[in-house]
Amino acid sequence: MDDLTGFRARTRAWLEQNCPAEMRRPVTSEDDTCWGGRRWTFASPAQRTWLERMAERGWTVPTWPREYGGGGLSGEEAKVLRQEMRALGCRSPLDSFGIWMLGPALLKFGNEAQKREHLPKIARGEIRWCQGYSEPGAGSDLASLQTRAEDRGDHFVVNGQKIWTSYADKADWIFCLVRTDPGARKHTGISFVLFDMATPGVSVKPIVLISGKSPFCETFFDDVRVEKHNLVGPLNGGWDIAKYLLTHEREMIGGIGDRASARPLGATAASLVGVDERGRLDDPGLRARIAAFEVDEAAFRAAMERAADLARAGQGNPAFSSVLKYLGAELNKRRQELLMSAAGSDALDWESERTRHGALARSWLRSKGNSIEGGTSEVQLNVIAKRLLNLPGA
Amino acid sequence: MPLVLTEQQGQLRDSARDFLADRSPVSRLRALRDQRDERGFEPALWAQFAEMGFTGMRVPEAHGGLGLGHVEAGVLMEEIGRHLVASPFLASSLAVTALVRAGTEAQKDQWLPGLATGEVIATLAVDEATKHRPSAIALRARDEGDHFVLYGHKTFVLDGHVAGLLVVAARTDAGVTLFLVRAATPGLRVERSAMVDAHNAARLTFEGVRVPASAVLGAAGAGGPVLDAVLDAGRVAVASELLGIADEVFARTVAYLKERHQFGKVIGEFQALQHRAALLLCEIELARAAVLKAQQALDEGLESAAELTAVAKAKAGSAATLAVQEGVQLHGGMGMTDEFELGFFMKRTRVLQELFGDDSFHADRLAHFRKY
Repeated sequence: MDDLTGFRARTRAWLEQNCPAEMRRPVTSEDDTCWGGRRWTFASPAQRTWLERMAERGWTVPTWPREYGGGGLSGEEAKVLRQEMRALGCRSPLDSFGIWMLGPALLKFGNEAQKREHLPKIARGEIRWCQGYSEPGAGSDLASLQTRAEDRGDHFVVNGQKIWTSYADKADWIFCLVRTDPGARKHTGISFVLFDMATPGVSVKPIVLISGKSPFCETFFDDVRVEKHNLVGPLNGGWDIAKYLLTHEREMIGGIGDRASARPLGATAASLVGVDERGRLDDPGLRARIAAFEVDEAAFRAAMERAADLARAGQGNPAFSSVLKYLGAELNKRRQELLMSAAGSDALDWESERTRHGALARSWLRSKGNSIEGGTSEVQLNVIAKRLLNLPGA
Repeated sequence: MPLVLTEQQGQLRDSARDFLADRSPVSRLRALRDQRDERGFEPALWAQFAEMGFTGMRVPEAHGGLGLGHVEAGVLMEEIGRHLVASPFLASSLAVTALVRAGTEAQKDQWLPGLATGEVIATLAVDEATKHRPSAIALRARDEGDHFVLYGHKTFVLDGHVAGLLVVAARTDAGVTLFLVRAATPGLRVERSAMVDAHNAARLTFEGVRVPASAVLGAAGAGGPVLDAVLDAGRVAVASELLGIADEVFARTVAYLKERHQFGKVIGEFQALQHRAALLLCEIELARAAVLKAQQALDEGLESAAELTAVAKAKAGSAATLAVQEGVQLHGGMGMTDEFELGFFMKRTRVLQELFGDDSFHADRLAHFRKY
């Protein structure tokens, strides 16, 4: 306990000294954070400094082992770091699918060479990763995927198409599910491979969404050569890795319901709508809806914290990530609807500088995908019914 | 603190659960109701509460109790909810909190040992109107030098008909003031109301109730913050009871989905019902995390405790309400019968929602704390 108290004090002092003021302002949108990668352009010198300082300490990935670029912190210490960052309003120095999804999978399933090659670059934000999972015919039923990897002795040749590949157009490498045994039952013939998006035969086409933006792409593979040492885990053993990684993806998407540095909704709405003579949001219906939302949001924060604490205590259940994913996605959609109500007609301006090109409306529209990506809300409820409630036939 | 019960807290939960499952299943509440028991609880069970150390749980060790916190009290309250136990535990705990928080040494010495052994049953008298509005206390206490005279009324006073000691929230010229009033004081009329859930509350009428100045709990006019603390202790305790109800009803409902056959299969195979059950699990998990978070915050004396308590009471109230509604619906016609026990859980939930503020009240409070 004393050790943690000392750690807390040292951490706070270090954060106060090293986190630039600009990096303590609330994040305004997904575009406002640092994603890293070969082609990343820092939004400001402060963003670069913050990433470099945190990466130097291994605090972009606090619990990863030091030899792979991590901070080597215990679960309790990492929780203290998160709490102190929240208390000071520090932004996350680096958002990345490498941190949230691939890293944990490599730590569990990767060989030593793969860990040494890829993890430090993820930790420093040097390589940006994307995820090749969904296909046009394999969405909720992911295991029916058809992209094939043929064994050519020392390498594979990959052919096929992925869809909804997040930021494929900005990513440097991809972690990808491919079918390596077309004769096997659908879950058993899948392998998990890594390759550079610059490899000949890879092409990417962004998909314009209802938000007018293109966070997702179609990704095509035409005779793409993938070296054998980039196979993670056993041949045809990719589904276990895929499932493990999906639980992390669910937690990540669930986490959007818990944006540590996002401004509280009630305060934001009060500044947009105005308050009555008693200081109350001057729209009783909206105020009640926001208050009910904030009750759920606070409870969700506690549930996230509790899930992590249970996992540390060895009492966690991996299927619980579906609970967090479901709740986080639905909460963020509610938040965005309420924000649009609070902002009124001002939020409807799609193009002006004043609204930062309709940033709020675009976030609102983007949020509709939260309950579709990473397994739809309906799929999460199926998982809960099957794995947590043991209901028959689920 | 991790949001996980410690080993000792887990042991307390297990022993409370086993004890209450054996000694006070829902059939006991039914018997109390059907026999129109004049006390509304079983003195023999209450004596066993004392033997188990439950009655003295929140009383400091110096006064004969165990000195445990809100988390431990919540563990017991959850099991009380799970088994729908009728007992004065909650009511007496409110008075314990008030005495510990604001009592003089003489007041503590006088009352806490008896509360710890269960010989004294006490309660809190705060509400005056049909909705919980602690900011609108109107019961008057006129300062007459060495004594005060109380005029007014109270309603929804838990176990008020069996309590020997009442902590009464009144208004003096100095502001909100709490008084320790003996039930037998002349001018005090106590009218029992048997509620929809077969538990008891009382209406109190104060027609010039004269109490000595030494009956003031803490200082005259300084009762507001004490009352807030007592109410918050009561709110997290009630939230735990609601959580126990929600969890129990949910377990019974899921079990029913796995055994009831229609259309040639168990109804738990139908996705429409699976999703409703899964949703309910999510809501109960939210409530469980929120309740434990609030209890820990109260035990640690954090500034955020009041806000977290509002969240916990609101969330536990709405989750339990959903649980009993879905429970009855998914049990079909059986859920509507008095013979089946689900109705008891539904009725208790309705009472606990109202008690110390429902989900709307606490959402409004959260907005107030967050200044919008």
